Amino acid sequence: MSLRSPLAKAVGWGSAKEGAAHWWWQRITAVALVPLSVWFVFSIVPLAGADHATVVAWMQSPLVASLLILFIVLVLHHNQLGMQVVFEDYIHTEWLKLTCLILLKFATVLIGLIGTLSILKVALGGR
Amino acid sequence: MVEFTLPANSKITPGKHHPVTTGATNTRRFKVYRWDPDSGQTPRTDTYDLDMDRCGPMVLDALIKLKSEVDPALTFRRSCREGICGSCAMNIDGANTLACTKPIEDIKGVIKIYPLPHMAVVKDLVPDLTHFYAQYASIKPWLQAATPAPPDSERLQSKQERSRLDGLYECILCACCSTSCPSYWWNPDRYLGPAALLQAYRWIVDSRDEATGDRLDELEDPFRLYRCHTIMNCTMTCPKSLNPGKAIAEIKKLIFARR
Repeated sequence: MSLRSPLAKAVGWGSAKEGAAHWWWQRITAVALVPLSVWFVFSIVPLAGADHATVVAWMQSPLVASLLILFIVLVLHHNQLGMQVVFEDYIHTEWLKLTCLILLKFATVLIGLIGTLSILKVALGGR
Repeated sequence: MVEFTLPANSKITPGKHHPVTTGATNTRRFKVYRWDPDSGQTPRTDTYDLDMDRCGPMVLDALIKLKSEVDPALTFRRSCREGICGSCAMNIDGANTLACTKPIEDIKGVIKIYPLPHMAVVKDLVPDLTHFYAQYASIKPWLQAATPAPPDSERLQSKQERSRLDGLYECILCACCSTSCPSYWWNPDRYLGPAALLQAYRWIVDSRDEATGDRLDELEDPFRLYRCHTIMNCTMTCPKSLNPGKAIAEIKKLIFARR
């Protein structure tokens, strides 16, 4: 039971004075991912069944490697922005919400690094 | 942590049936949510059959008839009975609306009447709107200006400036929109909800107000404003045909534009 006034409860901790950047980046990444996703699908489908050397040669083009890295980074960034909102919406146990958010950010960075380094390795002449 | 079963008072049991006593031919069936906190019982839905030849056209007419002729314990709010006070907002036929402006003949089959969703119930169809009103108060819904008003006249506004308030000033704070919003259901403690945000925008675009920046500062918050995911239930359900979803989008655009 609380004897705080209804207004005190409604005002709470006040405004965090942020959120616009999150909102903007969610939209910007979404817009950027429209052409990138189309490019990715139309590029990867014809490579289905291609041999290893063909795919490596494709990935060694600087443009392709750059677009692939951009695709991975933007997908992951867009995903973590969206998942953060889902967690904040639905998880109301504070420690669980915080744990999920931290794991989300860690996983995003880890997957992003692995993906980026893998592309760079192939693009820069590895196997 | 995670609740897989409904809490006790969310389990609704079938209630009493009140048939028509006279030999009426034109009857409609009403199913009404009933809960009395003093009874210690879980909520129930009572069924009433009404003679439509002796009843007004709106859902509120039926509720008033039920209360005065069948069941005096039936509890609901009502005042103006013409869609301007917002008291009789409730969930009718699955959608939030005003009982006084909802024609019975627009509803097919049994007319199901529940209180506004996801609010604490005071009794029967009366929800507790204390927090909803406090959230409205928190956006400071009054004119704030450092410039004193002219000593001999009102603060002037051009016709064009005044027209920007159209579609906003008509809001009667019935709470249909906020209580239809899933984001408001999940986070009502911190998300302001469409009604308070539409009112906030009403003061943000008022040409006479000088606190626009402060108002935007107070709204820029991941929960207060950005819990809106443009689900648009608010605009779908508004009994005054207003567009809270658009007002919220305009606030987001203004906050971005001033960066």
